[in-house]
Amino acid sequence: MTNMIASEYILEIAYLIATALFVLSLKWLSSPVTARRGVWAGEAGMLLAIVGTLLHGGIVSYRWIAIGLVLGTMIGVPLGKVAMTAVPQRTALSHAFGALCVTLVGTSEFYLRAPNVPGFMMGVLSLEVILGALTFTGSLMAAGKLQEVLPQRPITYKGQNFVNLGLLAIAIGIGATLVKHPDKMYLFPFMIGIPLVFGVMMIIPIGGADMPTVISLLNSYAGLSAAAMGFVLQSKLLIIAGALDGASGFILSVNMSKAMNRSFTNVLFGAFGQEQVTAKGAKEARPVRSASPEEAAGILTAASKVVIVPGYGMAVAQAQHKVRELYDALTKRGVDVKFGIHPVAGRMPGHMNVLLAEADIPYDKLLEMDEINGDFPQTDVALIIGANDVTNPAAREDTSSPIYGMPILDVDKAHTVMVIKRGMGAGFAGIENPLYYMDKTLMLFGDAKNFVGSIVREISGGHN
Amino acid sequence: MKLDLITGLYVFMLAAFIGFEVIRRVSPLLHTPLMSLTNALDAIAVVGAIILVGEGKSRLATILGTIAIVAATSNIVGGFMITDRMLKMFKASGPRKP
Repeated sequence: MTNMIASEYILEIAYLIATALFVLSLKWLSSPVTARRGVWAGEAGMLLAIVGTLLHGGIVSYRWIAIGLVLGTMIGVPLGKVAMTAVPQRTALSHAFGALCVTLVGTSEFYLRAPNVPGFMMGVLSLEVILGALTFTGSLMAAGKLQEVLPQRPITYKGQNFVNLGLLAIAIGIGATLVKHPDKMYLFPFMIGIPLVFGVMMIIPIGGADMPTVISLLNSYAGLSAAAMGFVLQSKLLIIAGALDGASGFILSVNMSKAMNRSFTNVLFGAFGQEQVTAKGAKEARPVRSASPEEAAGILTAASKVVIVPGYGMAVAQAQHKVRELYDALTKRGVDVKFGIHPVAGRMPGHMNVLLAEADIPYDKLLEMDEINGDFPQTDVALIIGANDVTNPAAREDTSSPIYGMPILDVDKAHTVMVIKRGMGAGFAGIENPLYYMDKTLMLFGDAKNFVGSIVREISGGHN
Repeated sequence: MKLDLITGLYVFMLAAFIGFEVIRRVSPLLHTPLMSLTNALDAIAVVGAIILVGEGKSRLATILGTIAIVAATSNIVGGFMITDRMLKMFKASGPRKP
């Protein structure tokens, strides 16, 4: 410590303050009231750390740093301005960028140090580039599927898990070999290439409904790879930021897998879309009751308590602004309107909340599953817009159902259930939803946006 | 500055515990902004890339490091921007604040 020069102290203090600001940033995010302060704390910490680093004595040339910062800002600004419906793919893309940064720095560090890399250093370096590389391609694949430039349909084949785990095992094996023999530098490109392939293979079997879990998992991997990079560079700041990000992704992954009733190992090993237990043959056309916008409007205005359950279908139909008009029209007539949000509704954690908040619906009307479920027996109308499996009572009652045990929104306990749906197709998992055949259920067939719009017209037309 | 393995592991473990406790308290309402914010914070990896490029020890390090700076900076700028945009939208009912 004695021979540490003053500028190093200053840099370390800057990093220390930045670390504190990062923790505060996440702490303030706990409530919508303080959340924006959290962003400012994060920005201040980031600025402090970057400026401190730039002033650090070891830097001999600023040319390429400046070019990198300018180009990065030019790419970052449009990515900060995407539409709210595109947030899931933007998030996946940013996981890819984060992982790319970590992988490239790890690669450079290896070639700067090899062949004299101490065992422990090589171990964390391997971890860094393996996690970074698979997160990079995995996130790009996820972003491609979400943006619909890649087919969203899960692609599965026999022995898929075997192939994937085999690839991962080979990559880890190479890492272990390099720990023992860091002079075998020709192995290093394989340790990057194989995880790159693994990342693609990992996402191939993923369908849209599994995206919330996958994005959370990739988030966690990106954080862990950054923490590993912190060990390589001996930077406490980076270890802490990586650990925070990793913890966040981990918590979200666990939440999502619980909300889909998948075990965590099932999620970890990418056995995602594979529980396609086909809904067995018995597909006799059972009668359903359908209703027109006029009838729906009549029932809604006569209600005193309405719970709206949005799902990905609402996002696809871009119906959130029409839903806000419905909310306004009903609230004006004294109807109590709340929203019940399932944790895996949409394509990423919290997706529905962001869309509804964008449509100006107050956040205290957006209730989580556990908060709203007790209210359904006293609810006059449960209106389901573009959600399916998360409302399926079979998850509660039918032990033979593939989604048995998955926590659902108990919409079937409301006095009347209305479902806006394009047709009678089954949900993501191909599972019949008995909810649709209940006596108290009215099916509202049509496009979510148009149908909600018609209801709103009926309500305000009748009023004036 | 040197950081030995054990100290590093302590730092990691404590940070992970703090992360769990702090993030567990984040309302599910804000899980999307949470993810974009942690993503922006994670891009602090840019400091590693800056040092790598600034020291200019090899051509490979300069090239890869510059790409790394571009990637991380876009996450910082885009991540903070979109997080703030999202959080601005969350309003309580009742008297609206300006």
